[in-house]
Amino acid sequence: MTPNGILQIVSFFLLILALAKPMGAYMTRVFNGQRTFLHVLLRPLERLCYALTGVREDVEQRWTQYTASMLSFSLFSFVFVYGIQRLQAFLPFNPMGFSSGHAPGNATAMTPDLAFNTAVSFVTNTNWQSYGGETTLSYFVQMVALTVQNFASAAVGVAIAVALIRGFARQQANAIGNFWVDLVRGTVYVFLPISLLIALFFASQGAIQNLNSYTVATTVEGKQQVIAQGPVASQEAIKMLGTNGGGFFNANSAHPFENPTPLTNLVQMVAIFLIPAGLTYTFGKTVGDTRQGWAIFAAMSVLFLAGAFTLYYFEQSGNPNLQKLGIESMASASQPGGNMEGKEVRFGIAATSLFGTVTTDASCGAVIGMHDSFTPIGGLVPLFNMEVGEVIFGGTGAGLYGMLLFAILGVFIAGLMVGRTPEYIGKKIEGKEVKMAMIALLATSAAVLLFAGISSVITFPKDAYWNGSYGAATGNLNNGGPHGFGEILYAYSSGAANNGSAFAGINANTPWYNLTIGLAMLIGRFLIIIPMLAVAGHLASKKRVPVTSGTLPTHGPLFVGLLVGTVVIVGALTFFPALSLSPIVEHFLMNQGRLF
Amino acid sequence: MIKQLLPGFRMVLVLTVLTGLLYPGVVTGLAQILFKHQANGSLITRNGKVIGSEIIGQNFTKPEYFHPRPSAAGSDGYDASASSGSNFGPTSQKLIDRTKASVAQLRAENPSFKPELPSDIATASASGLDPHISPASAAVQMERVAQARGVTREQVSRLTRRFTEGRDLGFLGEPRVNVLRLNLALDERFPISR
Repeated sequence: MTPNGILQIVSFFLLILALAKPMGAYMTRVFNGQRTFLHVLLRPLERLCYALTGVREDVEQRWTQYTASMLSFSLFSFVFVYGIQRLQAFLPFNPMGFSSGHAPGNATAMTPDLAFNTAVSFVTNTNWQSYGGETTLSYFVQMVALTVQNFASAAVGVAIAVALIRGFARQQANAIGNFWVDLVRGTVYVFLPISLLIALFFASQGAIQNLNSYTVATTVEGKQQVIAQGPVASQEAIKMLGTNGGGFFNANSAHPFENPTPLTNLVQMVAIFLIPAGLTYTFGKTVGDTRQGWAIFAAMSVLFLAGAFTLYYFEQSGNPNLQKLGIESMASASQPGGNMEGKEVRFGIAATSLFGTVTTDASCGAVIGMHDSFTPIGGLVPLFNMEVGEVIFGGTGAGLYGMLLFAILGVFIAGLMVGRTPEYIGKKIEGKEVKMAMIALLATSAAVLLFAGISSVITFPKDAYWNGSYGAATGNLNNGGPHGFGEILYAYSSGAANNGSAFAGINANTPWYNLTIGLAMLIGRFLIIIPMLAVAGHLASKKRVPVTSGTLPTHGPLFVGLLVGTVVIVGALTFFPALSLSPIVEHFLMNQGRLF
Repeated sequence: MIKQLLPGFRMVLVLTVLTGLLYPGVVTGLAQILFKHQANGSLITRNGKVIGSEIIGQNFTKPEYFHPRPSAAGSDGYDASASSGSNFGPTSQKLIDRTKASVAQLRAENPSFKPELPSDIATASASGLDPHISPASAAVQMERVAQARGVTREQVSRLTRRFTEGRDLGFLGEPRVNVLRLNLALDERFPISR
């Protein structure tokens, strides 16, 4: 590790720390329906959305209605994205003729299973991609199907978090807010204006934004180079801010047209954490004790910093198998050292390690370096971050409701130890809350482990429908040995955690993987959201119990430790066996010089 | 649930127009007015023909040019319509074989350079389109480039320093050399008479 690398990580964290409160305070006002400085401009737009959809702003919903609205919106979102993809040949802004007879030779066909996977992926805020953008999708699909879901799926996540916060804040109430209003407010006041600013900044730095056909260049040495184009900056901004992470291009944020400079890279990382960090403050503010929010923030920070420095340490230490070939691993003023396979020179080791941590702490899944080429322990950190449910700041909204799930479990465990009914934010945590939290936890863990287990052993007839020419589901892998299993484990972890990053060597564009990863994404989204909304509804109906000398304070270091411990222990107990078969054993094999 | 269907359908339509047409439309319009060059790909034109993009790497193989990093984009590398990393894991035989070949080629092309190679020059980038190499990786190749152009290493080194970008804001990212821009400057300053 270099002093400059450490400085990059620490200064990023301080920036998030500084932005959490203003962002959180702003969102508190927005979701309470209070005026903000943007209301002059945006209030008419908000009202127009209600007028066009027939939504009544002043009517609140019970948790069951809130859930039904969310499901209805997600259903139509899925139908739209699926349909637009399948029809892209007949729609405008398709200069490369994808899905038509004029498509370039390297184009990927938009099959029903790929369209299903992609639609589920963007509607669930996962943005797993079985395709490469520049060889598969028209600009119309990128804008009208995918960019829309980048906004919408992020705003849905925030809405759920806000509803859960209301559950804690309200007493003896039936309603937890109005889904449509929360959705529109998040989109109009939070995501749109910030995305617009970020998009223009990206464009100023070199991110492209056009509807041109791909440019054919003749290089200095006289070769032909086809340069992909497209409306990138607009999608890039919301891709980060909404913790979506689905790249316009196959190489995602490593592509110079998506993320041209180290400065844009910093803005990308800040955009990922901005709303999740802010929501911890919104939580504290809304329940009437900002210390409660900062305690959540602190627990997230501990896990974030531990992950970032672990990943950085191992990437900077490099790969001994490459060192043996005469490659320098020590950093110097003129070269980055470490493991540079799958990394960009402008970002180097520290920024790539930081980004890899941030993107998997949150449910973003954008990458600036190929996680498949990370060192084993460097790859363990993203896997672990996803497998504990992306609660380390986490996705927009999803991170907060995920962490509150762990808080419920944490106080429950603490309550068992001292033999008292557990309380959190003045609400008794009873059987129903704990059951709901466990459903969410078990469903997602089961989706990861069962699908990964099945894919490790299942075989299909060669050239049959399910897995094409690969035959066995392990035939799709780019790496052998424990790393190959890592590619499968990563795929389902990423799907169920709604992350979307990949050990991208796996060729997942077959019906088997498209379907099973699609199911993992659905389970990881809705089997958390629905139980959490049930918890919100149940909590809202309860009275607050007064604080007594026997109450476990949930704003101090003891609670932060308890929360971190719960996250780590639950993650470790569930996933340690699988992790030991992949990155952990691979680490020792790498140091012995074993190759596969 | 049934009652929720109509608002769901309408809301998807409204948000599609707002965030899928208006938003990218406004960004496209503003970017084309304010940052036209960048928004269209930072293209470089010579004699009316596009020869590449300032920020997209392209391949160089001739001795008089600085060479970029190995690339896994497309079948021959540096295919800017098919960005990709190698996705070789740290214990991949293919990774070691490819790196061995790159190291052997680098050693053969730059026989005067004896120390260990910088970490970026024999490894593939994440995008396969990395426009940069590290300053140390430029130093590896200076002797060869100078000889091929009939100038001194010092002259090439001085030009390289001019095209070396520092860290953004002094601490973000890594120092780097843009290969295409440096090579174009070489052709301008030290042309080869053919």
